Amino acid sequence: MTTKAKLGADVALALIGVCFVAPLLWLLLASVDPQAGYQTKVPVAPSTENFRAVMTPELLFQPLANSFLLSAGTAVVNVLAAVLAAYPLSRYQSRFNKPFLYTVLFGTSLPVTAIMVPVYGLFVQLQFLDSMAATIFFMATTTLPMAIWMTKNFMDSVPRELEEAAWVDGASTLAALRSIVLPLMRQGLGVVFIFVFIQAWGNFFVPFILLLSSAKQPAAVSIFSFFGQHGAIAYGQLAAFSILYSVPVLVLYALVSRGMGNSFALSGAMKG
Amino acid sequence: MRIRRFLRLLPVFPAVLLLLVFLLAPVAWSFYASFTDAALSGKAARDPQWVGADNYVRMFSDDDFPFSAWLTVVFVVASAVLGQNVLGLLIALLMTRSRKAVAAWVGTAVVAAWVLPEIVAAFAAYAYFNWDGTLNQVVGALGGEGPDWLYSFPVVAIVLANTWRGTAFSMLVYRAALADVPRDVAEAALMDGARGWQRLAFITLPLIRSSIATNLMLITLQTLAVFTLIWVMTAGGPANASTTLPVLAYQEAFKFGDIGYGTAVASVLILLGMVFGAVYVRLLREQKT
Repeated sequence: MTTKAKLGADVALALIGVCFVAPLLWLLLASVDPQAGYQTKVPVAPSTENFRAVMTPELLFQPLANSFLLSAGTAVVNVLAAVLAAYPLSRYQSRFNKPFLYTVLFGTSLPVTAIMVPVYGLFVQLQFLDSMAATIFFMATTTLPMAIWMTKNFMDSVPRELEEAAWVDGASTLAALRSIVLPLMRQGLGVVFIFVFIQAWGNFFVPFILLLSSAKQPAAVSIFSFFGQHGAIAYGQLAAFSILYSVPVLVLYALVSRGMGNSFALSGAMKG
Repeated sequence: MRIRRFLRLLPVFPAVLLLLVFLLAPVAWSFYASFTDAALSGKAARDPQWVGADNYVRMFSDDDFPFSAWLTVVFVVASAVLGQNVLGLLIALLMTRSRKAVAAWVGTAVVAAWVLPEIVAAFAAYAYFNWDGTLNQVVGALGGEGPDWLYSFPVVAIVLANTWRGTAFSMLVYRAALADVPRDVAEAALMDGARGWQRLAFITLPLIRSSIATNLMLITLQTLAVFTLIWVMTAGGPANASTTLPVLAYQEAFKFGDIGYGTAVASVLILLGMVFGAVYVRLLREQKT
């Protein structure tokens, strides 16, 4: 490849990169500007005032704790249900396996926003509205099809021989699963857990519809408290809050993508 | 033997139970409620009546639904099929010939927009396209005067925003796909004197066609379901100029309290999702055999 072609590619890419960064620049600059508006500008008097203003139990810590409870709960339910489901699918041949897996895959394609109206109706009927536990189970179900596929693929890559050796030594199926299979696929389970956690953490629509009391709302929903009653918006605080709320998922993503290569979610999910 | 086989499948049941209660039941209820006059409050909330196909008749006789359906098609084609897909492929292609440091930096920038929580991305996009936001600052610096994007060109704004938000997925898919294209195939074509675009059209693209098909299906499904981005940026407005189907379903059900009509719109979306989902599953099955 000629150096000239290489330079052309570099310039074109850098231009695209700048376009992608531009909308985020406002977030960063406004967060340290107490007088922030919609404009992207270098603050006249940069300060940590916005961050200090939002770091109160009711504005930040309670919503983040709720987000954590929702996301961790969703991820735990997913990993448990997915491991249980993946085991027979991965280990026993059955006529039931393929149709089941493809039905589950089909389930991943349902537009979740479309089922929110019926889910609301269902939650009203069952008196599940404003229940943290019910919301966790619903959110877990929306990511469960993907989690089952990923978990099964990771489990397939654990050799059967190791397990069979444990059986010969007298271990039960459950003991072999716990002491051999799961430890060997712990990295894969970590990927599933984080993948689900990130999705749940960023989810706005589901808790927005299903959780009513402000004491239970996660950060994605409580962010609207920065829109004042009379149209006054605290832009700087909104930006500072957004950053504090986003940091956990950015860190988790970096963690996973470093360990697994950039296409972590795809490797498990897409190759089938 | 029978019992043993059944016992072996027992661990699948928690997952099946969850899928039945929280996925299949809402879908079934959606189809059922779309034939009733169920409402958010009042008499029809306590005792919804069967109204036959009234909701569907209304859907196709008033102007809102056909317009919204058309808008959804425009949104999906422009922001997913053209925007995310083509831009993602372009970025992945450029990355194969650029410096590593540049590729890594741009990759991070593109992925950042995708990993951010959706509400944060939506606010960032809202600020960016605002009348006195960053985009118009750039336009102003170039000597022009920018319009009020969210008001005058809401569809352009949400299409660009969704392209920005979702391109990372296509980029990741195509980076992985291009990494699997054997080097010597491309080099042999180079020896034959094939030009850059000929190599792309006749060699590279056919080699990654299964990735292209899968990617198109997945981003179409994702874009079909986009709600938060549009709701924060324009709330479907002005009037209903940017009301795609998910926004319409939400408005009918929760703003106007007409659950029956809202679920009818939702049912159409679910059916659309099912059609694309069936094609997607078929594609994957063919690739495996």
